[in-house]
Amino acid sequence: MKSSWQVIVDALPILAKGLLVTIEITVLALIIALIIGLFIGLMNTARTKILRSIGTVYIDIIRGTPLLVQIFIIYFGIPYALDFQIDEFVAGIAAISLNASAYLAEIFRAGIQSVDGGQMEAARSLGLTRGQAMRLVVLPQAVRRMIPAFVNQAIVSMKDTSLLTVIGIRELTNSGEIIISGNYRFFEIWITVAVFYFVFIHLLTLFSRYLEKRLAN
Amino acid sequence: MKKALFTVLSCLLALTVSACGSSGQSQSTSGNDSSNGAAAPAESSAPAKEKYVFGTDATYPPFEFEKDGKYVGIDIDLLNAIAEAEGFEIEIKPMDFKGIIPGITSKQLDGAAAGISITDERKQVIDFSEPYYQAGLSLVVRADNETIKNPEDLKGKTIAIKKGTTGAKFAEELAQKYGAEIKYFDDSPAMFQEVVNGNADVTLEDYPVVSYKIAVDPNSNLKIVGDRLNGDYYGIGVAKGNEELLKKINDGLKKVQESGKYDEIIKTYLGEQK
Repeated sequence: MKSSWQVIVDALPILAKGLLVTIEITVLALIIALIIGLFIGLMNTARTKILRSIGTVYIDIIRGTPLLVQIFIIYFGIPYALDFQIDEFVAGIAAISLNASAYLAEIFRAGIQSVDGGQMEAARSLGLTRGQAMRLVVLPQAVRRMIPAFVNQAIVSMKDTSLLTVIGIRELTNSGEIIISGNYRFFEIWITVAVFYFVFIHLLTLFSRYLEKRLAN
Repeated sequence: MKKALFTVLSCLLALTVSACGSSGQSQSTSGNDSSNGAAAPAESSAPAKEKYVFGTDATYPPFEFEKDGKYVGIDIDLLNAIAEAEGFEIEIKPMDFKGIIPGITSKQLDGAAAGISITDERKQVIDFSEPYYQAGLSLVVRADNETIKNPEDLKGKTIAIKKGTTGAKFAEELAQKYGAEIKYFDDSPAMFQEVVNGNADVTLEDYPVVSYKIAVDPNSNLKIVGDRLNGDYYGIGVAKGNEELLKKINDGLKKVQESGKYDEIIKTYLGEQK
């Protein structure tokens, strides 16, 4: 029987590769989610009722279904029904980003609405259009307040990527499972996987604290 | 208003606590049952039977699957028949296949019947009963696939497999030998769907499982190519060192095979095919 250390050392290169895939998916998905989230968030603060309703329906549907089910629908369900092929990475990033975008939309909406209404009025009275006022006056103030909530969502999304193991993506959790299915050393491997997640998420947390401090001045 | 809310909430809390309390109690009694068997309270007239927890793959027809809310299949029926012959009780725990052997080694399970092929690696961590079925792996492709006829055709192809299976191990060897890529899944339905959707070219699965799937589901859109790649035997897994349970299972298996019950079970699920 191999020693625990030997088991962990042997697993490191495979787990590191898995962590890279996890990071890659998280980063790409969050960038896409930010764009969609901002878009939907703005729709939800719009004055037109139809825009607001579309935004609300989007958020309700995505928040109202489990991510695991969304992953299955995107990867197995839709391609099967419509007879086309989808790459597992595309499906994985789509699922994580759609899911995160609904939560981010709410963060954007809350952030925008937290900026005092007088700011918009003052900007408009200075001759800015509504779009300019939003972009130049309201959003910069809102984004600063949203940072903690945004980092929180980034952490949640990163952990959510572990669900992608069900569609065969070899991210960190799946890599751990594959190693365990060969050596049955579940204790050592799961602890190592947890440490990998923790270290990366902790770095993210530290970065967010630094960012908050800098933007506070 | 606030007061009413408070009352409702505290009622709910009280309910949950009492429910937890009673379920905890029932758990501890059943724990006693299995640990000191005969020393069970006198009020139950029938002698208390030993109870063992068996893991099984939740989605592996015809060996184990859910039908009308109940778990059925060759393994389940066989376990029940053995338990009946030897006079013990079983509790079935369905789970992902990859969780079964870890479940046994970590003592979460007493044993498992899940179409587990007997291999030397597995024998190092769990004990096996006498073999009860010869399965063997087959290559499975989408029905319209004409390019893969045997393992040599796997060069540059993608193989979908289930984690922790002999199929996975075999595929890893094939992948190295012929230069194929591997994608790992948690259960057989996901693995089959991967091939049907065209994301993987081929999968490796035990012959009786695929042939059953194709037989009961004419729209499965899958086909078996070539001969069986090996002749692995299934065994019932038991926690290492649990000689008592292993003996009961082996004795029970023998009785069930001699009484003809075994053939009956196989026939129920596989018809005349072997």
